[in-house]
Amino acid sequence: MTDRVTLTIDGKQVTVPAGMLVVDAAKKVAVHIPIFCYHPKLGSAAMCRQCLVEVGRPIIDHATGHPELEDGFPRIQFSAKLETACTTLVSEGMVVLTQSERARKGQKEVLEFLLTSHPLDCPICDKGGECPLQNLTMAHGPGKSRFLFDEKHHAEKQVPLGELIFLDRERCIQCGRCVRFQENVAGEPVIGFYQRGRSMDIVSFSEPGFDSVFSGNTTDICPVGALTTADFRFGARPWELMAAASICSQCAVGCNTTLNTRREARSDGQIVVKRVMPRQNEQVNELWICDKGRFAGYHYTERDDRLLKPQVRRDDKFRSVSWDAAFLQAAEKLQDAEKPVFLVSGRLSNEDLFNLLQLADGLGAETLLYTNMGGGDLTGMVGLTSGSNLADLGLGDVILVVASDLQEEAPLWWLRIKQAAERGAMLIVVNPRETKLEKHADYVVRYAYGDEIKTIQDMNKATHKIHKVFAKAANAVIFYGSEGLGLEGSSGLAGACTSLLVDTGHYARPNNGLVGVWQRANDQGAWELGFRPVKDLQVIFDKSEVVYIVGADPVGDGAVRLKKRKPFMIVQELLSTDTVGHADLVLPARAFTEREGTYTSGERRVQRFYQAVPPRGESRPDYEIVAEIAARLDTALEREPGLVMDQLAEHIPAFGGISYLKVSEVVEQWPVINRSELFYGGAVYENTQGLGMQLRPAPVTSFPVSKGKGGLRPKEGLLLAVPVNKLYDQGLTVLSAPLLRERIGELKVCMNPDEADRLGFENGARLRIGLNGNNAKALLVVDPTVPSGILLVPRSMGLPIFEAGMPVLSKVRKKVTG
Amino acid sequence: MTHILLRHRDIPDLDKLAVYEKQGGFKALKKVVTGMRPEAVTQLVMDSGLRGRGGAGFPTGRKWMFVDKNNWPHYVVVNADESEPGTFKDREILESNPLQFLEGVAIAAFAVEAHTAYIYLRGEFWPIAAELDKRIAAMEKAGYLGKRVFGTDYTLKVHTHLGAGAYICGEETALLESLEGKRGQPRIRPPFPPVSGLYGKPTVVNNVETLTNLPPIINNGADWYKSLGTADTVGVKIFCLSGRVRKPGNYELPFGITFRELIYEHGGGIIDGVPIKAIMAAGASSALILADDQTLDTPLDYGSVHRLGAELGSASVIVLDETVRLDWLIDKTMTFFKHESCGKCTPCRDGSFWMKHLTERIRDGNGSAEDVKLLDSVARQMQGKCLCALGEFSTQAVVSSIEKFPGDFGIKRKVSAS
Ligand SMILES: Cc1cc2nc3c(=O)[nH]c(=O)nc-3n(C[C@H](O)[C@H](O)[C@H](O)COP(=O)(O)O)c2cc1C
Ligand code: SF4
Ligand code: SF4
Ligand code: SF4
Ligand code: FES
Repeated sequence: MTDRVTLTIDGKQVTVPAGMLVVDAAKKVAVHIPIFCYHPKLGSAAMCRQCLVEVGRPIIDHATGHPELEDGFPRIQFSAKLETACTTLVSEGMVVLTQSERARKGQKEVLEFLLTSHPLDCPICDKGGECPLQNLTMAHGPGKSRFLFDEKHHAEKQVPLGELIFLDRERCIQCGRCVRFQENVAGEPVIGFYQRGRSMDIVSFSEPGFDSVFSGNTTDICPVGALTTADFRFGARPWELMAAASICSQCAVGCNTTLNTRREARSDGQIVVKRVMPRQNEQVNELWICDKGRFAGYHYTERDDRLLKPQVRRDDKFRSVSWDAAFLQAAEKLQDAEKPVFLVSGRLSNEDLFNLLQLADGLGAETLLYTNMGGGDLTGMVGLTSGSNLADLGLGDVILVVASDLQEEAPLWWLRIKQAAERGAMLIVVNPRETKLEKHADYVVRYAYGDEIKTIQDMNKATHKIHKVFAKAANAVIFYGSEGLGLEGSSGLAGACTSLLVDTGHYARPNNGLVGVWQRANDQGAWELGFRPVKDLQVIFDKSEVVYIVGADPVGDGAVRLKKRKPFMIVQELLSTDTVGHADLVLPARAFTEREGTYTSGERRVQRFYQAVPPRGESRPDYEIVAEIAARLDTALEREPGLVMDQLAEHIPAFGGISYLKVSEVVEQWPVINRSELFYGGAVYENTQGLGMQLRPAPVTSFPVSKGKGGLRPKEGLLLAVPVNKLYDQGLTVLSAPLLRERIGELKVCMNPDEADRLGFENGARLRIGLNGNNAKALLVVDPTVPSGILLVPRSMGLPIFEAGMPVLSKVRKKVTG
Repeated sequence: MTHILLRHRDIPDLDKLAVYEKQGGFKALKKVVTGMRPEAVTQLVMDSGLRGRGGAGFPTGRKWMFVDKNNWPHYVVVNADESEPGTFKDREILESNPLQFLEGVAIAAFAVEAHTAYIYLRGEFWPIAAELDKRIAAMEKAGYLGKRVFGTDYTLKVHTHLGAGAYICGEETALLESLEGKRGQPRIRPPFPPVSGLYGKPTVVNNVETLTNLPPIINNGADWYKSLGTADTVGVKIFCLSGRVRKPGNYELPFGITFRELIYEHGGGIIDGVPIKAIMAAGASSALILADDQTLDTPLDYGSVHRLGAELGSASVIVLDETVRLDWLIDKTMTFFKHESCGKCTPCRDGSFWMKHLTERIRDGNGSAEDVKLLDSVARQMQGKCLCALGEFSTQAVVSSIEKFPGDFGIKRKVSAS
């Protein structure tokens, strides 16, 4: 028996692996069998019956075991009934007819049934223009209805399944794709069918409604306009939209996206982004993006407080100046300073960072990375390398996740790791408290806050079960985060993880290595280029003459406190942050939607984003601003991002071989997504702009010995405030999305019920929390999954808990509420 | 004739453990558990020619043989959902001869090496479930069920489970979904339950009446059973007779008696002696059979009824006389099917909804000849496309009525009240 079979579909011969479905085999030879319920990522449901085709199989002569022949050709017997292509497996010698009279009749008849209950309100439907049902109706539908319009099934047309997703019950064709996506892909079955027969409806049973960070994807795969996002509905018509390839800038996963834009009167004739759509990259995000990427993706770039002109502070007031004047002042200040400091963040692209690096080099400036998570030096050495794809991990492989609430911090990684676990990869979750990933884990290791490094070090003892698992595994990947940890702790943790990987041989080859769960899209890139954080920023600010801050808000985050004597601050930014408020020179930068560039994802994949909309005001791309300043210091830097990348590739070994041409390459991906057809994959965009390229492993000779302590430990009778990362926080990039306000909510801190009892607080109590000299009001959530002695404080929710990594013990006073 | 299945009609108090024991109860189970290999039991049932009584008539022994021996554990699930309009035989067994039924469950479980059996009852059967639970407990105490059945190593736990009022949950894969706590909707087949059933494990789903046949078959042998009934369909069947007959009810008779015998000898003929117009042999799911002399003399077995263009199904014979208008009748069946369509697949969900609109219009005299044609066309358009048999069943009465009784669909228009 062979594991490949050859069959004929509409006269085209195709050889595919045994076990494939007819509908997929047809796709291989560009035969598009109409479908609604089937989806290549969701599998068969056999519900819609749209995919009816004629199937014939060779008649086997029982005596010989070979096909009977007629005129030298196998005799084919066609089955009496039409078969559903989405449930029929291919077999040797099969003949499939998708366009025969019988097949077409069957498809037409099913379509007619669907349309009897469908409102056909395409002219006011958001899906109109990119709707599989509309397209198939135009192609095959009857011109006239045999069904009495007055007898149509009517149902509610604007049902919020939550505040993010709306359901039109009339348009729903009960294909179940949304339900199956939530159950099988997202693993969060928070929507389902209610009632039966023609009364069958989609409902959400969660609180808040449709409580899943992947909910938006259901609107892409819904084959009709039944599910729409609150973000886009009634916003534009699909045919008015232009599409620009982009990369999500909200976390380190680097999901490939398409930004749909249009020029509209509502925005004063400007071209604006109307929505974020996933763009297929089977190595990164497949066909999906998370709701943060979709709903918060770009809104911050459209804020009213965008910086539009260069400004200088004069007499304690900002005055607009020309770019020329601004460049000149920046150049002078930087040149005059003894040792200027560049403080940059992973919000910047590789090109921005490289030019900054060049400029700093020329000036002898200190370059600092603004982050509270360490270990990037190690991920540069033992991180994932070219040829890695989380989709390759399965049986025989191991994935360990430590100190991270991955669904909150990097939703698509969460999803892909869950899938790897479902394929048989051993998943080990090591965390001080319960997270959603644990449901899919083979092993859960719980440690006390403060014990993170020791816990991993213990695992690396030769006799330890987990060491053995690693030693045996074909491939191993560790994702480490910074829950409860600051810079020092997370650096130490990265070190411990590196030892485990190196000692068991899991580095410097594809699908093995260490991944940092960074908070910014290009933290990895910044580390690769050599930017490093410092433990105490305050000291830097206290002693430096000139600080050039690019893409960071240390003042707003509470990472530094400005004193009377403060350095001359050049701030290159998008928005009016607190740091900008204290700047001496403000340089307005362009948002990632307004320019080109690349990010290096946590998986060390360099991916390219393109300009989608015109720039706001006089803003300029960061790399260009830097090049202009450099020009005034007689340093020539590239101003064209592709050329900057060429330089970068030449200077930084890990980037060797990378170029815009390379990262823009595409190979055929499976499933084949095609927006000209829409019903197979959904409204997701095909990828014609590049799959990106992974960095080489850095040549490693020796590894730093893992040292450093973990985070602080709770002490008897005292609470330890521990910073945790939330998907939806009050960081400006999220807060600017009006739609997510409800999901962000207010500052909520969590504590164990025993602890709350001891302190005399009840669930839902309003508290005032003092932490490291800062104060904030918070809502108390009593949660048994929080270890005792611990107060979970989300980062970026109004109570600064950045503090060079160390969480601070604090007392909690109950606030008297009126 | 003495009964084989409805033995309680001959023996009072047969539902009492002591009485059932005295009447030879559990002899078959003992014989099987203490003296036979599971394969031998399956072979015997195969040889007896027993076919499923739930409607599809699939050979019971053959079904058991399909149980995948490389995947464990195995389950036996009893279909006691009995929801087909006009079917009420399982209920009588469960209420009045429950011990023979439970003995049959245990024999089937032993044959397929299952250690757990579930009895899925329609929700309205809750008092029956409560009684069954007591009997299961009593049987466990007596050593007929539970740990160490008859002192052997064989263990069998039997549980009852109540449905929540859906006809579709009688369809075996929807039943399994429902039993797993999911929505009662049919699964894609293949795989069939003997390969992948409850929780993905090999599962035998059998009807109550099917299993109740097992103790007498074990006791009397395959040849004895084969001597009953016809060459086409062996054994005895409980015919559920209803409609316009004088004495509706359950009649246990060998396969092969004719419609005429069933209706006139056992059912006492038609009320007021009105001539018979049509017969539905398998409840609401039936195609209508024109009741001429040839029909009435047709023996009731699967093959013969099939040759009449209908199916015997679970043998729920509904008799319609000349007083019954078929436009009214199909509106009744469509009310049922539209209400019971699970909604999973398009043709049935939307087709039954459409058909119901049409049958209502026609019944009320508001339909045109075009509407009748459309109804026929919609029904035929559904055929061969549905995911499960329910959708296909729903078209049977409609298509056959229009075809065989066109007179009942003559167009009448309401006289306007001006
Ligand atoms: C819509 C539908 C309803 C059914 N209802 C029942 C039922 O109530 N009881 C039953 O035993 N079988 C019912 N069946 C048949 C079952 O699917 C299955 O064939 C049967 O339980 C198998 O048992 P048997 O082989 O002993 O007959 C139904 C089938 C369909 C399609
Ligand atoms: S809402 Fe859309 S995806 Fe969900 S069942 Fe209805 S048509 Fe299908
Ligand atoms: S997972 Fe990360 S990169 Fe992907 S869409 Fe969400 S926030 Fe953006
Ligand atoms: S035929 Fe009817 S009952 Fe059967 S799956 Fe389809 S909708 Fe459900
Ligand atoms: S039944 Fe095949 S795609 Fe829906």
